Amino acid sequence: MSEQLQSDFYKLVKTSKFSNEEIQFKKNFLNNFIKKGFPNRKQEDWKFLDISQIIKKNISNLSYFNDYSQSNKIDPSIFVDGLEHNKIIFINGRIEKIDFNFEDQNKIEITDETKKDISFDYENSLIDLNCAFTDKVFKILIKKNYSLKKPLIIYHSINDEIKSTNINLRLDFELGENSCLKLIDYFVNNTTKNFINIFYNFNLEKDSILKNYKIDKFINNNLKYSFNNIEQDNNSVSETFILSAGSDYFKNEINCNLNGEYSSAFINGIFSLKENQQHEIRTTINHLVENTKSYQLIKSVLGKNSKSAYQGRIFVNSKAQKTDGYQLSKAILLDETSEFNAKPELEIYADDVKCSHGSASGSLDENSIFYLMSRGLNYQQSKELLINGFLMDVVEKITDEEIKNLITNIIGLKQ
Amino acid sequence: MDTREKDIEKLKDYKYGFTTDIENIKAPKGLNEEVIKFISNIKKEPKWMLDFRLKAYERLKLLKEPNWQKPKYPKIDYQDLYYYSAPKSMKDKPKSLDELDPKLLETYKKLGIPLQEQARLNGIAVDAVFDSVSVATTFKGELTKHGIIFCSMSEAIQKHPDLVKKYLGTVIPVTDHFFATLNSAVFTDGSFVYIPEGVKCPMELSTYFRINASETGQFERTLIIADKGSYVSYLEGCTAPMRDENQLHAANVELIALDDAEIKYSTVQNWYPGDENGKGGIYNFVTKRGLCKGKNSKISWTQVETGSAITWKYPSCILKGDNSIGEFYSIAITNNHQKADTGTKMIHLGKNTKSKIISKGISAGFSDMTYRGLVDINSKAKNSSNYTQCDSLLMGNKCGAHTVPYIKNKNFDSNIAHEATTSKISEEQLHYCQQRGLNPEEAVGLIVNGFCKEVLQQLPMEFAVEAQKLVGISLEGSVG
Repeated sequence: MSEQLQSDFYKLVKTSKFSNEEIQFKKNFLNNFIKKGFPNRKQEDWKFLDISQIIKKNISNLSYFNDYSQSNKIDPSIFVDGLEHNKIIFINGRIEKIDFNFEDQNKIEITDETKKDISFDYENSLIDLNCAFTDKVFKILIKKNYSLKKPLIIYHSINDEIKSTNINLRLDFELGENSCLKLIDYFVNNTTKNFINIFYNFNLEKDSILKNYKIDKFINNNLKYSFNNIEQDNNSVSETFILSAGSDYFKNEINCNLNGEYSSAFINGIFSLKENQQHEIRTTINHLVENTKSYQLIKSVLGKNSKSAYQGRIFVNSKAQKTDGYQLSKAILLDETSEFNAKPELEIYADDVKCSHGSASGSLDENSIFYLMSRGLNYQQSKELLINGFLMDVVEKITDEEIKNLITNIIGLKQ
Repeated sequence: MDTREKDIEKLKDYKYGFTTDIENIKAPKGLNEEVIKFISNIKKEPKWMLDFRLKAYERLKLLKEPNWQKPKYPKIDYQDLYYYSAPKSMKDKPKSLDELDPKLLETYKKLGIPLQEQARLNGIAVDAVFDSVSVATTFKGELTKHGIIFCSMSEAIQKHPDLVKKYLGTVIPVTDHFFATLNSAVFTDGSFVYIPEGVKCPMELSTYFRINASETGQFERTLIIADKGSYVSYLEGCTAPMRDENQLHAANVELIALDDAEIKYSTVQNWYPGDENGKGGIYNFVTKRGLCKGKNSKISWTQVETGSAITWKYPSCILKGDNSIGEFYSIAITNNHQKADTGTKMIHLGKNTKSKIISKGISAGFSDMTYRGLVDINSKAKNSSNYTQCDSLLMGNKCGAHTVPYIKNKNFDSNIAHEATTSKISEEQLHYCQQRGLNPEEAVGLIVNGFCKEVLQQLPMEFAVEAQKLVGISLEGSVG
């Protein structure tokens, strides 16, 4: 693996315009990754689904080099209909288009930088991999007091032109005071067996609002990892919704630091898994100051041979009195071969807090099915109705009406 | 060197009991084959027992000390410990209660433990005061009548080798984790209980009534077998504080319940927790595991953990037999600089198996409390269910309370429900109690007892009252 990494890194350097300093900067990350390797089940965070094994099993010819100097053709058929939106289009890991047509151009600033450091401590080697092989890092700044008129959709697309089997991409967002951003990640992958490694960094200043919706719906054989780091100042709100249904493997990781008083974080997720899919959501909410709030709701519907895992951690600092933390995970196992794992964790050092978590898993309630069937539905219909209601509960949590409708349609739920 | 290390250093120098009346032989320091052979030899063990120990030792060489737990401790040098110490002789023991730590005596008084018992607990030459032997023999007679075997492990190895050979190491194999394997290699003594088919044990069995139980021993090994259709309730420890010179305690407890049998195992642990500044105290690293081997069997663990500097244990149930039931009730209280990482594992293998976990954690002072538990429902464990509830109570903002449950459901017919809350004692409740004339400390005691009620109810009568007082005493000084 090490040789492949070295030679691919060399190719990347050759096709790029990186300065010597930048190359050295990236090389440090590369060396870190070579030293650590892919995370495996020996690490607590990767206990349930071992990514190194999964990659080994699915991708035989792992390679990392993507030529960022060559542009890719945009296929307009991937665009979402029925919703006016701004676009960022990633094709094969390269940003092809950034389009904020609906917005006041003076209020949004886009810069790029290669030598973009990581502001927090981490052990995760996938971040090293990401930093070593990403192109320039774009930073999108929403200026003070500006709310985007339309949502921003980031299209994650891969086409047949891709040369490697690994894509790394990174974006930084800075939300100025009292600004608002609605962000949808939309995955459209035509190829199979690629490992996609995404890293977002959000910085939320006072009174700002971030709404992030991740939609992975279309069945594909890719393996994905997404890491969101969110820093929140006073009174800021972050809302994350994850629909985890399409890929063979998808792990969403969210690290949220509530640094400012009265800041709050909401994370809602749906796993809707079918044959052989293995998905995971791992969240860490750090309550670092007084009067912060977090709420998490994760629901799974698990089909044949599928496996979902939820690891949620609420950390409360000794200074963070009056914290309100809540976590709930529920799962319906539809088949003998489906499996649900959970590790809802509380780590609390302050006494005046209200923290609780709950987890429940099992099969569909036979009594409810009986009730519905006695009212004239057949078995299949009753089952579908119950699952619909079960998942609708999470979708209802979406605060943006337009996006809620879009997601309801994409999942195929009935209201 | 930090204080705790210094303390270990002190303990290492403590060469008690190696020149006693009973055994005039000194065990060499350190851990090697010779020492294990020495222990086995001194206990006149048969060859199969020695082989068992040596096998464990071979395995131990390959194992590393685990370090994933929350409470960290300074590294223990296993080559610098004594693995065999003969019991203390009469002349080394305190002559009367006056020689004891006045703090200890005060606690006894609060718990309401009679003078004679106090003496017995501290191994004072009691014959003059309290004829323990006669009490013990009365119990023995009653037990023999029912065919119940209740003796020390060493005695069982001599007198009932077939039973020991058949069951020892079947629940905690010699190839288990580091501390369990260490115990398998060097264990000195412990209790052995066998309840024959169809017998309901007429009394609560307790280590307290076993004559040679005054020395708890560093590496205790307990084996309890409940044959078909039998029932036994076993009590370990007692509410009175125990002083012990050994810093590390790595005991193994194995329970085996055959068809329709039930074992109820209750523990009250109140070992020396170190002083207010977290100096000294015992490391309680115990492996407790029960196997519901037969159909319709039941194992129930109840624990009240208030002592030890570090408590690190997970009494577990392997629910192998169909329709078997596992239960775990726990109260863990940490104060000052105590640390606890405790919980349970419920492994569902058989059909229609049920388990219930009720855990109450209370932390005060500068202490740290972690509940860590595993519920694993295997794909063959059809129609199984688990219910877990773990509540934590925090007193002050210098302490921590953590909950780390692992939930694995691989069977779609089975249900797992888990809930956990963390909170503090509400001002309203405190105010209400104080308004009715209780002082703050009494009020906290009352509220905490209410918080723990579900677990205290599970304790046998004899224990329940004392345990209730103990809960209050453990939290002394944490209010206000």
